[in-house]
Amino acid sequence: MENIGALAILLAFCFAIYSVAASLAGKWARRPLLVVSAERAVYCIWALLTTAAGILIYSLINGDYRMSYVWEHSNRSMPAIYKFASWWGGQEGSLLFWSWLLASYSSVVVFKNRRRFRDMMPYVTAILMTTQTFFLILIAFVAKPFNVWQEGHLIVDLRDGNGLNPLLQYWTMVIHPPMLYLGYVGFVVPFAFAIASLITRQPGEAWIKTTRRWTLVTWMFQTTGILLGAGWAYAVLGWGGYWGWDPVENASLLPWITATAFLHSVMMQEKKGMMKVWNVVLVSTTFFLCIFGTFLTRSGVVNSVHAFAQSSIGTYFVAFLAMGIALTIYLILNRLDYLKSEAQLESVLSRESSFLFNNLILLASCFAVLWGTLFPLISEAVTGEKISVDAPFFNRVQVPIAMFLMLLTGVGPLIAWRKSSLESLRRAFLWPMAAGAAVAAGLAGFGVRNFYALISFALCTFVAVTILIEFYKGARAIQGKTGANLLVSMVELTHRNTPRYGGYLVHMGVVLMFIGFTGKAFDKDTTVEVTPGTVVTLGSYQLRTHPVVNEQNENYISEALPIDVSKNGEDLGVLSPEHRVYIASKQPTSEVAIRRRLNEDLYLNFAGMSADNQRAVLQAYVFPLVSWIWIGYWVVLIGTLICLTPAKTRMVWPRTQVVGIAGKHEHVEK
Amino acid sequence: MNNYLKFGLLITAIVGTLAWLAAGGISETKTYYKTIAEVNQMGKEGLEKRIRVGGDVAPHSIVREGREVRFTLSQDNLKLPVVYSGIDPLPDTFKDGAQALADGKLGPDGVFRATKIQAKCASKYEAKPAVAKPVS
Repeated sequence: MENIGALAILLAFCFAIYSVAASLAGKWARRPLLVVSAERAVYCIWALLTTAAGILIYSLINGDYRMSYVWEHSNRSMPAIYKFASWWGGQEGSLLFWSWLLASYSSVVVFKNRRRFRDMMPYVTAILMTTQTFFLILIAFVAKPFNVWQEGHLIVDLRDGNGLNPLLQYWTMVIHPPMLYLGYVGFVVPFAFAIASLITRQPGEAWIKTTRRWTLVTWMFQTTGILLGAGWAYAVLGWGGYWGWDPVENASLLPWITATAFLHSVMMQEKKGMMKVWNVVLVSTTFFLCIFGTFLTRSGVVNSVHAFAQSSIGTYFVAFLAMGIALTIYLILNRLDYLKSEAQLESVLSRESSFLFNNLILLASCFAVLWGTLFPLISEAVTGEKISVDAPFFNRVQVPIAMFLMLLTGVGPLIAWRKSSLESLRRAFLWPMAAGAAVAAGLAGFGVRNFYALISFALCTFVAVTILIEFYKGARAIQGKTGANLLVSMVELTHRNTPRYGGYLVHMGVVLMFIGFTGKAFDKDTTVEVTPGTVVTLGSYQLRTHPVVNEQNENYISEALPIDVSKNGEDLGVLSPEHRVYIASKQPTSEVAIRRRLNEDLYLNFAGMSADNQRAVLQAYVFPLVSWIWIGYWVVLIGTLICLTPAKTRMVWPRTQVVGIAGKHEHVEK
Repeated sequence: MNNYLKFGLLITAIVGTLAWLAAGGISETKTYYKTIAEVNQMGKEGLEKRIRVGGDVAPHSIVREGREVRFTLSQDNLKLPVVYSGIDPLPDTFKDGAQALADGKLGPDGVFRATKIQAKCASKYEAKPAVAKPVS
């Protein structure tokens, strides 16, 4: 079995090399059949990798503990779903997963474009397959998923495996890695199209139109992945945080930031033919940051709580990144004439300028995160001393950046293209600003003294009101014509221009998430050692503890600490945080108990027994507004899905300010 | 004032502010990576620095006293007494024999005062069967 799997990977590697060579040779020698054979090779790679993955999954589920990967990441007592999730639970398997996803994406791309972009597609195929070759080198020769245990010349069968890390045995962890990977891998495709259109000097913005949906879907997966990770950290790790600026978290955030910047600046290119170089740079940066993220997660180059084994694959990643970046830079410099901007910035008070600042600030944020993440390496290279920076550094820089972005989120969509007058700005922003100021003043009146929190709530109100006014105005206009009620008109309005109003919804979701983040400023916590009957008071909550309850099943041993919760004398029932020790790995975990409400979460963690084993250590937290982060995420998701829905009316307008060649660039807005 | 100048000034202002914030953030939170040997050799000037020191938690050295946790970090034959009094709960992986990273400052009495502990569970990787080794 494992031999067939290893053989499939090896064959896939050969097919990938063939595909790169054949598509380039076919293009240069003008042999369409060779190009087609390269595209067929892409399907073959998918079939081969599916076979390999299938064998690995089969071995994981049936417990073939001769295989070292299966032994390390699975055991008999784990539920089947976690056995399946062990596929991406370790180094080798997750690289196979990456490769398989890339093969799937490539097959979809090749199939969808089998009759389109004939001059560009050979390059697209070649770029996709070059990346594929790189990952296949890793799983075929460096991090092999099909190794078996062996002693002398005998293969050793072990009775039971080590089991998946218990911290990962949680439902969001089953879907978090696939989501992130779908995001990571997906950015290869816009990158391949961008580079291919650069090489072939495609007229117009063909690559942007083809890949915009792709980018949006990928962005959606990435957002989902990041938020699932945050939700997991909050519910599982027992310290009540959802983001710790850990290198691996940062690695997933970096490409997300540049992708967000790209999704915005791409509008400038579509509507005005500006920022072309910038967009190619952004899409390439996003792709390389995705590879870089995989590298950070997989190589152990920076210390991280995500305890992956140190390994040698780092060098391969560095080589791949260096070659890719050098080639991309060369290509962009070589094609600068093709990327010439068609319009100029006219005023600081304009939509163009708001996009420019949006991008500047996102890039600054990305750079700060990257700088902080790599600081130990940079300082070691420069001063010889390894110095790290911590969460306070990131917060100190990112909080003002986030505030400024929030402001732009409100201003950007309403400000006019080209040049805006102060009078029109006053008209558009008077009420939103008044509302924001009123909220801040009101909160200050109620005794909120945290400066950033006040600013944040004011900005959130400002943005929310601008968005609501946009919906209201548009809906009123439709209502005037059709006589339908306001709600129906709003749905109609959204349906007519889905990208615009879907985008507003995404902004609204971000506002809600920011409200949740701001809640962090008002956290309360306490740690106490308790005996049965102890009453702990935290804020307006009273917690009365019961004796510890012991339980055991085949996967873990648990101790639970039931607690009667009441708030201002009102009984709220029992919460029961648990402390578990997983039998196979002997690793302890905390199962926190959370009472989630819209205004605040009560978060209880049973941190184990005291030294003399007589008292239980209880940690209690109150986290205001955290739920709004998750609600905001759902709004972002719905908004993104609306953006992806085709609009009812297809509006056609010539691009502004491109006098003379407007007809040529007539643009269909979906 | 022409447009380029306006944009230039705005961009400089924004980037400048962020750079200033970042520089302040770095000097406030920078932490030096040290080994136990280096910590033991540090003189008076070492007391001011924030330090991150790594090692194994010496078996049976963990003692809880109220909110404080005392333990000994060891590396080869060197030892470093640590007292942890941070707010965050100790990670689940923190136990005898685990690899731990302690962040904090060295006290004048030679006891390391940690404000943050990270730990990696070592047992998982040591538990490999003694005779068998993976081959391709």
